[in-house]
Amino acid sequence: MHTLAAGLRLPTNGLDYAIMAIYFVVVLGIGFAARASVKTSLDFFLSGRSLPAWVTGLAFVAANLGATEILGMAATGAQYGVAVVHWYWIGAIPAMVFLGLVMMPFYYKSKVRSVPEFLLQRFDKSAHLLSSILFAFAAILIAGVNLYALSIVVEALLGWPQWVAIVVAGLFVLLYITIGGLSSAIYNEVLQFFVILAALIPLTILGLKKVGGWDGLSDSLEKSHGHNFLSAWDGTAIGQANPLGANWLTIILGLGFVLSFGYWTTNFAEVQRALSAKNLSAAQRTPLIAAFPKIFIVFLVMIPGLVAAVVAPKIGLAGSGLQYNDAIPLLMQDLLPNGVLGIAVTGLLAAFMAGMAANVSSFNTVFTTDIWARYVKKDKPDAYYLRFGRLITAVGVLASIGTAFIASSFSNIMAYLQTLFSFFNVPMFVVFIIGMFWKRASMKSGVWGLVAGTSAAMLNYFWIYKQGVISIPTDQGANFVSAIVGFVAGAVVMVVVTLFTAPKPEAELAGLVYGTESADLEEEPAEGDDAWYRKPALLGWGAIVLAALCYIPYSI
Amino acid sequence: MSELHKEVSALEAKSATAARLFDIRRIIGGLFVVYGIIVTIAGIMASDADLKKAQGININLWTGLAMLALGLFFLIWLKLRPVVPPTPPTPAE
Repeated sequence: MHTLAAGLRLPTNGLDYAIMAIYFVVVLGIGFAARASVKTSLDFFLSGRSLPAWVTGLAFVAANLGATEILGMAATGAQYGVAVVHWYWIGAIPAMVFLGLVMMPFYYKSKVRSVPEFLLQRFDKSAHLLSSILFAFAAILIAGVNLYALSIVVEALLGWPQWVAIVVAGLFVLLYITIGGLSSAIYNEVLQFFVILAALIPLTILGLKKVGGWDGLSDSLEKSHGHNFLSAWDGTAIGQANPLGANWLTIILGLGFVLSFGYWTTNFAEVQRALSAKNLSAAQRTPLIAAFPKIFIVFLVMIPGLVAAVVAPKIGLAGSGLQYNDAIPLLMQDLLPNGVLGIAVTGLLAAFMAGMAANVSSFNTVFTTDIWARYVKKDKPDAYYLRFGRLITAVGVLASIGTAFIASSFSNIMAYLQTLFSFFNVPMFVVFIIGMFWKRASMKSGVWGLVAGTSAAMLNYFWIYKQGVISIPTDQGANFVSAIVGFVAGAVVMVVVTLFTAPKPEAELAGLVYGTESADLEEEPAEGDDAWYRKPALLGWGAIVLAALCYIPYSI
Repeated sequence: MSELHKEVSALEAKSATAARLFDIRRIIGGLFVVYGIIVTIAGIMASDADLKKAQGININLWTGLAMLALGLFFLIWLKLRPVVPPTPPTPAE
């Protein structure tokens, strides 16, 4: 939860407000202009599977680049130092590359419209219904939390009352998604991506200048926080203490493997962007194109975080009046003159709205195609589902506005619920990976893997860690361990259940499981897709090598 | 072919996005040219207080010019490589 300190009010003027107003007009304009392209439910939910790879790729990275992520990762930088790079180089890139190279062919060729729909094809209705309902709840919850976080930031920076910010931002998102569907959401995400870069790059440059460049920054931090603060891996040997409260094994397995693969490869708010691409090659390249900006964005959040730790050495400590989350707003206030300041505020607002819109646009798809059309009102004409999709978008936004208001009075409950839902992502990944690579995995094993993995992760977190049965230094470290426990439990239960229950008939698995190609799913490669720079393998391995190289200066 | 496959393929055939969705490069280009001009002007008219706040760098000028360049890049790209709308398939009815 964000609580921004008072006294961060920005000296915005008419120029900054004009910049913001232009942005809001453009956002709505995109919604209205996209309306003409929405003819079927597939247009509304998946942009008709027709967008180019660079658009879906930038939307893929922007859907994750919400303001909670930007402020939160700068906070992690101010608190833990250079270790924040783990969330990018090991905690995102390998999973994104795996999604593009290994999983996307199964997702895209099977023509599923959502992640739960894949579970329906591969396993059975119980796995499908369970994951659909949980995803729908989680999406509304996260959209509401985003909205609440936005209202706190807007109140602190601009002085608007919280309820005004919640209602205004909520209505904007409602309008542009109800009208223009996923195309409108994705186009706005691409725009947001560039605006947020235009906000963070000047901030990073001025921040570095202020503390005497990277050398000045590292000298000051070396003196005040010690050497480990500036190194990615120092102090992470098993048994050693470090601020993160995690060792190399839990970082690699817990964060890098289980948590990150769970999020990037099975979270529909992300995968949806790739499913809207125009062909298999573009779908595969979506997360791979996203990986390259993702590698470098860490500098734009880490450096402001580190600069804040130098400029305000007491940040995050009781009595300083500043939280770690204040790192970026603090520098905005200190360094940006009117003009660029307006761009920066617009960038933050855009990021909040895009973070919320990504959840709303994935929620409406799952609720309509996976829940309503599958279990409630079957076999209606397509126009009915398109209308219903628009209606449920409005309902979803209103529900998240409600959630935001609940969050403003019970923020602890919300934090708790988010932790609960985060544990559901872990077994999703194990169910997918076993389902995609082991033909024998039975129909019933899916749902039991999900239930067992989620329960084990929760048991580990809330009982073994919170009750102090085993001592883990920080929440962060406990999260990593819980993820590993959930993964192993889900895998074991799937194998055991499979041994006692019936497999899915082989004919129904064509194209869903590794080694079961089905001839009518093949498509001709599009013209130009055989160019070397469009080869998924080259892009994917290039991203992995680049991320590994980035570690070198922070590891010696 | 599975049920799902038939259903989604039929929807794909009727989809209008590829033919009717406008090109986002026009919007990015337009917005960044406008932003670039506004922020560059703010940079040209920067006060001493603005410069002092931004560590002696005329950050509005540089950011404005960079945004202008990005906007022009998108407009030129659009001009040089326009998207050819797909030939409409013969109606299935």
